[in-house]
Amino acid sequence: MKSGSNLEKILKAGHFAFTGELGPPRGTSAEEVRKKAAHLKGKVDAVNITDNQTAVVRMASWAACIILIQEGLEPNYQMVCRDRNRLAMQADILGAYAHGIRNMLCLSGDHCKFGDHPHAKGVFDIDSMQLIQMVKKMRDEGKFLSGSELEEPPKIFIGAAANPFADPFEWRVHRLAKKINAGVDFIQSQCIYNMEKFQEWIKQSNEMGLTEKVYILAGVTPMKSVGMAKYMKNNVPGMDVPDEIINRLKGVDKKKQGDEGIKIACEQIEQFKEMKGVSGVHLMAIEWEHKVPEITERAKVLPRPQVD
Amino acid sequence: MIVGKRKPFEEIKEMLKKYKKILNVGCGTCISVCLTGGEKEVKILNAELEMARKLEENPIELGASCVERQCDREFLAELDPIVEDYEAILSMACGVGIQFLAERFPEKPVLPAVDTSGLAVNQDVGWYEERCRSCSSCVLAWTGGICPVTLCAKGLYNGPCGGTDKGSCEIDKDQPCAWYMIYERLAGQKRLDCITNIQAPNEWEDQVPRTLLHHGYKKRNHSDKN
Ligand code: SF4
Ligand code: SF4
Repeated sequence: MKSGSNLEKILKAGHFAFTGELGPPRGTSAEEVRKKAAHLKGKVDAVNITDNQTAVVRMASWAACIILIQEGLEPNYQMVCRDRNRLAMQADILGAYAHGIRNMLCLSGDHCKFGDHPHAKGVFDIDSMQLIQMVKKMRDEGKFLSGSELEEPPKIFIGAAANPFADPFEWRVHRLAKKINAGVDFIQSQCIYNMEKFQEWIKQSNEMGLTEKVYILAGVTPMKSVGMAKYMKNNVPGMDVPDEIINRLKGVDKKKQGDEGIKIACEQIEQFKEMKGVSGVHLMAIEWEHKVPEITERAKVLPRPQVD
Repeated sequence: MIVGKRKPFEEIKEMLKKYKKILNVGCGTCISVCLTGGEKEVKILNAELEMARKLEENPIELGASCVERQCDREFLAELDPIVEDYEAILSMACGVGIQFLAERFPEKPVLPAVDTSGLAVNQDVGWYEERCRSCSSCVLAWTGGICPVTLCAKGLYNGPCGGTDKGSCEIDKDQPCAWYMIYERLAGQKRLDCITNIQAPNEWEDQVPRTLLHHGYKKRNHSDKN
């Protein structure tokens, strides 16, 4: 065991993993985190806590992670390279581990331009690839990035993102290989709507033997409405939403669009369960945490396995 | 070359409001080539300032001068006999020139008329694009001659990120993704192996003021230290 986290145990035991996501509040309310967490409890194996998601200031990811631990859930601590340099990152990793955080997701982070402080200085002292390497070095060698020794290394299960839909497509599988070489243990993909393209990427990953070296969790975000689908298609960089998804949502009554979105998501999840090279699903129900019990029920992923 | 943009007129006017006699000094090199602070721009700015101050019934007397290079001591020397007559100096050079001017005349207020924006190429008349952030550890050898430090909005050394969109950067559809370009160029040259290995974290050399000593002149310039 690299970390002994619940997520690692589940994946190692060969279960189909199911993770969720929670965005911390734009304020100090621990209660809000607890409320959202309550919807996820017992329904997912770990919960990603976003880090100033879309470059908008929110409660620190590690802080919300601690609240989750208090509530009996396992967090997956997201860390972006945009907001801190290598000193701050390593310090936060030590602190996070000291508080019981065992999973981490290493990300570049959206550009500040998208957020509520568009002219903030983007740090990017190191990039996501180098962050993965750094966490691995801390964990496996017991050393800081500088090479100096650290006491009681943080045993972190290291995650990263992958976007099979961003250009150039041919490079995406090589980028995955690079992340594996950097030391990543699990991947959570960008939200998938174009199943064909995702399958092609997984096929290439299988052929290159990559899926034997890393656990891949397929990203799923149920569409709430036609409006959301169109917004994702046109305004979210690197997002691939085929017209057939939009047309399917359009085909039902406005009040039923959310339900149809969940139906599409559940059909995808069924496919992922059977797909060679896919080890689980990462459900990003953005501001829809209260729907997670229903989605997990309909996706037939309950009860969640217990592994000791 | 170094490029920059003239500061907004109102900002310059505000800076000068308490002075009655100003020397405006242009620079005949980069900043002149990018049509911002050469001889002609000095004259134009002076005319505008004169007019504005006259209208405000607070006239100003403006001298004009344009040295060959404000970043070179030998050219600044020609200002020595005239600065005495002025209360302050306005410089239309890049940030480097402005500082060298201020250093030469430490008793005079030296004020910037230009916002310096970078090291850029001349794409066409009046169109300059930044290409280098002078990081002191050039990686162009393995990035196909395209600088990720400058042209990738996140300065990634192991790109592209997940935001690249049909060849554009996530920040703007009109901004090409540097890493997409790097990939395309290296693929064309059959040199993709340049970017399959992980590039280690950069050891930033630009976190302290940098001094460059040409090895041939080390003795002359730093005899006590080296
Ligand atoms: S890597 Fe980029 S910023 Fe650094 S010296 Fe080379 S061109 Fe300039
Ligand atoms: S889209 Fe391309 S240029 Fe823009 S931040 Fe990502 S890798 Fe850099």
